[in-house]
Amino acid sequence: MDKNTQKARLKSIKKFNAVKYKEYNKKQRRKRIPESEYMTTMADDHNILEFDNLRTYFYTDAGTVKAVDGVSFQIPRGATIGVVGESGCGKSVTSLTTMGLLAGPTGQVAGGSIRYNQKSQNRAVDLTKLPRKEFEKIRGNEISMIFQEPMTALNPVFTIGDQLCECISLHMPELKKDEVEARALEVLELVGIKREGILNNYPHELSGGMRQRVVIAMALCCDPQLIIADEPTTALDVTIQAQILDLLRNLKDKINASIMLITHDLGVVAEMADYVVVMYAGRVVEQGTAEDIFHHPAHPYTIGLMKSKPMLGEKIDRLYSIPGNVPNPINLPEHCYFKNRCESCVEACEGLYPELVSLSKTHKVSCYLCGKKGGEN
Amino acid sequence: MAEEKYVVEVDHLKKYFPIKSGILQKEIGAVRAVDDVSFRIKEGETFGLVGESGCGKSTLGRTLLRLIEPTEGTVKINGIDMTSVKKKDLRPLRPSMQMIFQDPFSSLDPRMPVGEIIGEAVREHGIVSKSEYRDYILKVMEDCGLRPYYIDRYPHEFSGGQRQRICIARALALNPSFIVCDEPVSALDVSIQAQIINLMKDLQKERKLTYLFISHDLSVVEHISDSIGVMYLGTMMETGSKEDIFAKPLHPYTQALFSAVPVADPDHKMDRILLEGDIPSPANPPKGCKFHTRCKHCMGICSQVEPEAKDMGNGHIVKCHLYDDK
Repeated sequence: MDKNTQKARLKSIKKFNAVKYKEYNKKQRRKRIPESEYMTTMADDHNILEFDNLRTYFYTDAGTVKAVDGVSFQIPRGATIGVVGESGCGKSVTSLTTMGLLAGPTGQVAGGSIRYNQKSQNRAVDLTKLPRKEFEKIRGNEISMIFQEPMTALNPVFTIGDQLCECISLHMPELKKDEVEARALEVLELVGIKREGILNNYPHELSGGMRQRVVIAMALCCDPQLIIADEPTTALDVTIQAQILDLLRNLKDKINASIMLITHDLGVVAEMADYVVVMYAGRVVEQGTAEDIFHHPAHPYTIGLMKSKPMLGEKIDRLYSIPGNVPNPINLPEHCYFKNRCESCVEACEGLYPELVSLSKTHKVSCYLCGKKGGEN
Repeated sequence: MAEEKYVVEVDHLKKYFPIKSGILQKEIGAVRAVDDVSFRIKEGETFGLVGESGCGKSTLGRTLLRLIEPTEGTVKINGIDMTSVKKKDLRPLRPSMQMIFQDPFSSLDPRMPVGEIIGEAVREHGIVSKSEYRDYILKVMEDCGLRPYYIDRYPHEFSGGQRQRICIARALALNPSFIVCDEPVSALDVSIQAQIINLMKDLQKERKLTYLFISHDLSVVEHISDSIGVMYLGTMMETGSKEDIFAKPLHPYTQALFSAVPVADPDHKMDRILLEGDIPSPANPPKGCKFHTRCKHCMGICSQVEPEAKDMGNGHIVKCHLYDDK
């Protein structure tokens, strides 16, 4: 009997997914998409990117994984946003959705929008609805990405020069061959590894730090407006990490870009970011300026995260540890996802998932505990 | 006064990996992974080993347990010289020295249930009698925070933190006195890291374990260690008690390494010592002091003569020309 219900459940999931896949494929095949469908207006013209209730779901055979479920935050022009969270909290999926790199039809945007302020065309577009042809003009040109693992992000059988020049000539077809090469050397100089013969080197001939610099150089080829850095220093040693962070900081000022920095390292975020977004199980639990988050953390998860990381020069006998594990992303409960691990639960926690409450102009948190406090003040 | 007991004594340990080339596989050089390292660990203490990737920390850990044969030097564990023991006599000594590996995803056999993973070596070494076997495994699992019904489950059913607990249980089941922990928390999330570190500290207190804790995360090492060694290109640059090293780092490399750690406080002032360039290749290390190519305080003598180990008092040993013996 039990086996049969299991079978029936799997069957219904498959059926549900098939419908979703079909819809997706139909959408992808459309030839002409009217401009009105993806044109939009920014809530604030000063922002470069606005996430508005973004939901990205993966329709897998085991059920629907709500990897990103209602994420909203803004990236102001020229600012650095740090997105923090543990593995599986949806931070990487958020960035992939922004870049239009979701693996469809399994991964799909189920709702919400990402509004991008396209200054070059003087318009605002919704990246989740943008047709492929239009997206190609933005991806790499205006929004570029630095990937986590520099060894896998570079192709081992082509030289650094080949890979950089390919990227440049694709995005700037008007350049001649020697101009492309000159541009490649220019970006390599920007990241500080220009030297004789570097264009003829293969990735394996470079160290981890240099490879990461090449990956960064590639992202800088077309003077992007927004750089998405997905764990750019996780695979590197601390001394090299310090070099790369220093480089990113200087570059940001040089080319006047915004950075969306995705990481799990609170130290890196504290050092780099102006604004911080803390994610947990696909939702934003707290967001605010670096000052808000690090000096007045409000959500129990943020507080726990800070306490569980030992600090240099700090003497404690026992580390605080958040009990339990991250919940299974399939069939998430109705109530707050952090409830089962939270030590300061109140009665209201049994209810629906708490809304984001503003504690101050910049500081927002989604917790019943803080809603009360905000009401009292 | 009774002399303090050292569980691990390492003297002038060297491990060179030969580089071979050509059809005849002629030796054309050697990678000096561990180059003349000496240190001691007291009973019940934790020795933290830090350094960048490729500096030979893992090789040192494995050479101590003779998972890799050392080229030169001696390692004494519980007073027994491990380097001169014959291979077949090594087996009965193994239970007293265990290892916890870095990646809990690849260090567990996916086809073995948890009980078997933990119990295989227990049975093999005859730690307990057959009748007590199952109870013993359950007891070890309980100590490591694993539920009894996990015993028949397979590794893929567990999260990273749980798997690392299984790895710890596997090592503990043999009642070791010395455990080499090779980056045991690097692959885990911050909140899970704290759980595992607390568990390791509790077990150490309970069982008087001695740890060699290898990690590149300085804040974790500071938290768990009693004394610390800083490695660079196979050489131990500085050793000493945790208080000495963190309050008063002497070697320029240690100073640079500590200043590179990002601090989770946006107001923190950054007076960072940025190291230029990368680690040189251990196959062709620089002459003289190995760090002189990246050192800010480099003097003429640094590129000529390799510095001696100098005792700056209180067991704080540093290899640098900037300092003289106290």
